[in-house]
Amino acid sequence: MSTLEWEARLGPEGRRGAAKAAPRRTHSRLTDPLFRWFVTACGAAVAVAMVALSAVLIASSWRAITTLGLEPLRTIPWSPTGGEYGALTSLFGTFVTTVIAMVIAVPLALAIALLLVEVVHPALGRVVGTTIEMLAAIPSIIFGMWGIFVIVPLMQQYVQPWIQATPLGRLGLFSGPPLGIGVFTAGVVLALMVLPFITAVSRDVLKMVPTVVKEAGYGMGSTTFEVMSKISARYALTGIAGAVFLGLGRALGETMAVTFLIGSDFNTLPRSLFDPGTSISSTLANTFNEATDPLHVSALVELGLILFLITMVFQLVAQLWLARARRMSGTRA
Amino acid sequence: MSAPARNDTAGAARDVGAAIAAKPMRARSVARRRLVDRLVTGSAWAAASLGVFIMGWIVVTVVVRGAGAINWAFFTELPPGPGGEGGGLANCIVGTLVITGVAAAMGIPVGFFGAVYLAEFGRTGRVATAIRTITNVVLGVPSIIAGMFAFAILVRPLQHYSGFAGSFALAFIMLPVMTRTAEDVLNLVPNDLREAALAIGAPRWRATLGVVVRSARGGLITGTILAVVRVSGETAPLLFTALSSPYWMDSLFGSGGFFGGPTANLTKTVYDYATSPYGNWQNLAWGGALLIIVAVLGMNVLARLLFQRGKEWH
Repeated sequence: MSTLEWEARLGPEGRRGAAKAAPRRTHSRLTDPLFRWFVTACGAAVAVAMVALSAVLIASSWRAITTLGLEPLRTIPWSPTGGEYGALTSLFGTFVTTVIAMVIAVPLALAIALLLVEVVHPALGRVVGTTIEMLAAIPSIIFGMWGIFVIVPLMQQYVQPWIQATPLGRLGLFSGPPLGIGVFTAGVVLALMVLPFITAVSRDVLKMVPTVVKEAGYGMGSTTFEVMSKISARYALTGIAGAVFLGLGRALGETMAVTFLIGSDFNTLPRSLFDPGTSISSTLANTFNEATDPLHVSALVELGLILFLITMVFQLVAQLWLARARRMSGTRA
Repeated sequence: MSAPARNDTAGAARDVGAAIAAKPMRARSVARRRLVDRLVTGSAWAAASLGVFIMGWIVVTVVVRGAGAINWAFFTELPPGPGGEGGGLANCIVGTLVITGVAAAMGIPVGFFGAVYLAEFGRTGRVATAIRTITNVVLGVPSIIAGMFAFAILVRPLQHYSGFAGSFALAFIMLPVMTRTAEDVLNLVPNDLREAALAIGAPRWRATLGVVVRSARGGLITGTILAVVRVSGETAPLLFTALSSPYWMDSLFGSGGFFGGPTANLTKTVYDYATSPYGNWQNLAWGGALLIIVAVLGMNVLARLLFQRGKEWH
């Protein structure tokens, strides 16, 4: 029924009402598309920012990419005054600290997630879970300060000599003077920093396992660990992998705490885990402001570009697997 | 029991069957299985206690070392020179508030309306899915890269550091946090409300802003606080942008101003002072760290309390 027909039926009283309503409809015909256009633009802003970031990183590192080619990926010494731009030390530090962090954090995080989902009373679980989530809110710089003033002396005096005294010390991985700072300590503190992320996501993933499935396991006389390892883990495997990759992405780019603790040796590849080294992020944090030579700046941006690409790949893989885990359990993202 | 639940049980039995069939069955002693279970549960308790202990250790360390630095001068005076006595971080506190505030003013609205697009218009469309994926990727971009981005477009072309460049880097980090949390909150609003609003003739924008957003108010405030918390302790994005300064922000565009030059802020100053050899500076750094941790944890608790209350209203 058209507006005119309505007006005819309603008479003068109704017409007054319709006259009031009519402009509002033309009004919304104008404002609704405008509103839609506006929110779409805001949604697209993040994509625009992402494209701009990639473009800027590539453009600013172009000089280094074209002048140095693949040389940085093959050489060790990073000595801009001597024209040497070896990225291997930085890449190695990023890689090793991340591996140490994941080796420590993943089992801890999974154990805590198991506890929170399967064992502990929900009320206590909420308190413990929240406390560990709060660990994620502590800024990187405070982890760094705590690390250098509290953990480093402990490492130097007790932990590192103790590790060297055990059979592990003969492996060669832990040789050299116990300095306290170095790749190992940076990796350990990094582990504590990514722990809450992996815990929170794997807890959520484990919670998505249907209760009936777990109860079926318990009903057959399985222990908690058996239900977890043989039933929940199968259900949640892709999701847990996603959680691990999410933590990995965080560990790779972590800057301040690592910069405090890794020892900032830009020129030599660490020969043991106790040696000082550097990571991509701490090389940037330490030297970017001092760089004046255009090639030097460009080479540093290229390091940033490499870091950006690595974290992006891990982030995308994590998203893919978490999405698959959610689809499998039938909940919407 | 309802039909779907029964189907679930059947599926569950199948899955458990498959899990068992995957390995040939072998008799294991109950005592050993129970021992393994005890060991695993025990180490899970140990892991959780370790996490809680570390959290407590960090907080106690910062409080014990920082409390001594907190006094009237800390909030009112400028930092002393190298090796100097006394002083405070007043300019840094103001600078951090301004830098974070401007970042929030840029990042929060864009992130919020982006979430409105995803939750109200995009939903499961291809464009929305792409934007959602990109948002997640930006969420994982290392914060130092955000600083580099701001350096490349706001510092290098203009030939000077600025607090605004720092705000820009922080806004870049805030944007995806706001979008993700706000979208989750908006998705919690029942569809009945949208339909009811449209049924009484409200235009789409009014239905969205007046009804959907209004009913999700509590969660959106939580999301905003969380986005601000996320950048409050960030140092890396400010290293190449805001830098730091021992002086007050004395103008907008002059060399001592927010847009015109290095701007004092807490995190970068704490970093510089903590790595300095001077006792008084290290002391001030711990005071700054205490301030940061109190603000960050306080806002976090506030956000959680608000969200709990918000859930009770529904």
